[in-house]
Amino acid sequence: MSDITLGTAVAAAPEAVPRTAPLSQIGLVGWLRANLFSSWINSAVTLLVLYFVVRWAIGFVEWGVINAVWSVPNNQTQVCRDLKGTGACWAVITEKHRFILFGTYPYEEHWRPALCVLLFVGLYIVSAMRRFWRKELALVWIGVLTLIGALMWGGVFGLSYVPQERWGGLVITLILATFGLAFAFPLAIMVALGRRSSLPAIKALCVVYVELIRGVPLISLLFMASVMFPLFLPEGMNIDKLLRAQIAIILFAGAYLAEVVRGGLQALPKGQYEAADALGLSYWQKTGFIILPQALRLVIPPLVNTFIGFFKDTSLVLIIGIFDLLTAGKTAIIEPAWQGFGVEVYLTVGAIYFVFCFAMSKYSQGLEAELNRHRVR
Amino acid sequence: MSQTTMDPRLLRAPPKRKLRLSWADERVRGIVWQILVVGLFGAIFYWLWSNTVHNLEVRRIATGFGFLDREAGLPIGESLIEYSPTDTYLRALLVGLLNTLKVAVVGIVLATVLGTLVGIARLSRNWLLSKVAGVYIEVIRDLPLLLQLLFWYSIMQSLPGPRQSLNPVEGVFLSNRGLKLPWLEWQDAHTYALLAFVAGAVGTWLWSRRATALRLQDGKPRPVWPAALGLLVGLPLVVWFAFGAPWTVDWPALRGFNFRGGLTVTPEYFALLLGLVLYTAGFIAEIVRAGIQAVPHGQWEAAQALGLRRGAVLKRIVLPQALRVIIPPMTSQYLNITKNSSLAVAIGYQDIVSIANTVLNQTGQAIEGIAIIMLVYLTISLSISLFMNWYNARIALVER
Repeated sequence: MSDITLGTAVAAAPEAVPRTAPLSQIGLVGWLRANLFSSWINSAVTLLVLYFVVRWAIGFVEWGVINAVWSVPNNQTQVCRDLKGTGACWAVITEKHRFILFGTYPYEEHWRPALCVLLFVGLYIVSAMRRFWRKELALVWIGVLTLIGALMWGGVFGLSYVPQERWGGLVITLILATFGLAFAFPLAIMVALGRRSSLPAIKALCVVYVELIRGVPLISLLFMASVMFPLFLPEGMNIDKLLRAQIAIILFAGAYLAEVVRGGLQALPKGQYEAADALGLSYWQKTGFIILPQALRLVIPPLVNTFIGFFKDTSLVLIIGIFDLLTAGKTAIIEPAWQGFGVEVYLTVGAIYFVFCFAMSKYSQGLEAELNRHRVR
Repeated sequence: MSQTTMDPRLLRAPPKRKLRLSWADERVRGIVWQILVVGLFGAIFYWLWSNTVHNLEVRRIATGFGFLDREAGLPIGESLIEYSPTDTYLRALLVGLLNTLKVAVVGIVLATVLGTLVGIARLSRNWLLSKVAGVYIEVIRDLPLLLQLLFWYSIMQSLPGPRQSLNPVEGVFLSNRGLKLPWLEWQDAHTYALLAFVAGAVGTWLWSRRATALRLQDGKPRPVWPAALGLLVGLPLVVWFAFGAPWTVDWPALRGFNFRGGLTVTPEYFALLLGLVLYTAGFIAEIVRAGIQAVPHGQWEAAQALGLRRGAVLKRIVLPQALRVIIPPMTSQYLNITKNSSLAVAIGYQDIVSIANTVLNQTGQAIEGIAIIMLVYLTISLSISLFMNWYNARIALVER
């Protein structure tokens, strides 16, 4: 059958030479036809979306660049108000950017929190590289976090002492997120192991902890930390507000991370547990050498996603009045001269959050692809 | 494998060992560990508890929920039920709870619709549409929700006043006093028509079940749509006409410095709802996309090979399978939207957290106030979980 058709085809076109595909199928035209104008309804959708995107982009450029006011002398914001919303007042950022980034930290000492932010970023980058994933990384973390503490408080190496109440801005957000992560992660591993434990009392404790925390909003925990926590402690003993909020965030993140880790523990084939038992390993040997290294590797992408959510959630400390990046932004526009320029400030603060979260999100996607390379066909 | 083919030696119960009082016995170790851990936690809780009792005595704060019967003296801007500041704290908290439910329920419905649309747009073969949806998802998910809420609220506040309000469609006004919409003047006839509609929906559901059962018996298809049309549209219309077809629309109109009439959506509610819906829709879109992509391509091809139309393939083959992947993460998004509605306190919408917070500041009953907040959210979370688990079990793959 196939021989016959082949034969006739060859007979019908003896001079057949390889031809290139028609111009309408390849190159830019082909791509446009396939992806934007494949049918009349598709063309209509393309044009409609294009119209809105272009219109919105032009509007944004007009507002944010062409009509914008970039600076005003001595808080004279009348120029901005005269625009009546047709242009952005970036002068608020020019004027207040130091306040938004560093809060009420002494002005001449701003290089210290700035250096801390760089140290944090450096720490994240080093931790993200797979070649540094070894035990020494824990020492690096301890070292860098101690250095950051020394820089922020001062009082050593000739640095002036800055009380914690004056810290603020981006560095508080990074402190809450990083310290929260550093403590919540070990807690989460313990809770996840406890929830899979065969000891009923320990299992029950872990289940109650996880379900209780996951059932209530973070705000209620933060309220608890700010209003109720002082009642828990003996008279005279007082923990400062930032630390209380930090504890609430650690407890909150611990419960969510524990569920992610538990997912990894469950996904591991039962044979791994049984093989470790058969080798006569003790519970902690089994967990430390066999189970955790494999289980954690399985859940790295969801872990990073949880980190992103958790980084964003640190902004909730605004509600109990802790001076993080978002609170600094909100406070910057309380002054009567600058009232009403919330949109500009929130766009700027949003851009900072976006840079951090987007980097983490892209990293997580890249890592997921790399870890799944053996599955790609 | 059935029991009879199994090796009889495997069926024997393992020999019972006596508990030896030695560290080498695994069970003894387990019991000791549990006693230690539970004892430690018990001691910590006892310590915290005794501190609290002592502190409360020193500060002369009475414990208990007796304060709920006292007069609140607390003004509340918007309420679904009758409320005045002379009512009790209990009623104020009830108003807060209803406000939370109002934003959560509406938010869940709108976020599901928007999220599904964006998720489908992300999968579209149209490159531009897919990219726009992708950018939306990426940007919205990488910004803190609280920041988005503050952003929308500051936009609401910077809108012009009622006199210069934006008027995109006749009867719809957007100003810094909120959104004004025309609204039907509610009368008894409308209530009865609504009841007729609900009865019609139940009737349609019963008929479609019956039609399927009959079709399974003799193979003849029976159309559902004429019955659905009659029951869902006809019946309410008949009821409405029976009551004389009353129809008055309440148009909002500018009187002096503010609007009269019409339905008001306050700026706080509008900003909160907008923020919650846009944020959660980004997550739901990803869930929907992942769910549809989880259905293997062979399922589409096999269904097409059977000669099913595209709509039927989607409805009968792809969606039932995609839903199994979609439902569990969707549940947690619904829980998130409910819990995230507590951020209302930051923009001044009076939900349960905001009102309980005011109450605890007024009365000093910190423990009771926070206990109420936690209890409310735990109840809502557990109810949503139970419902979604039931639904999930209903549509789950029946395995042997």
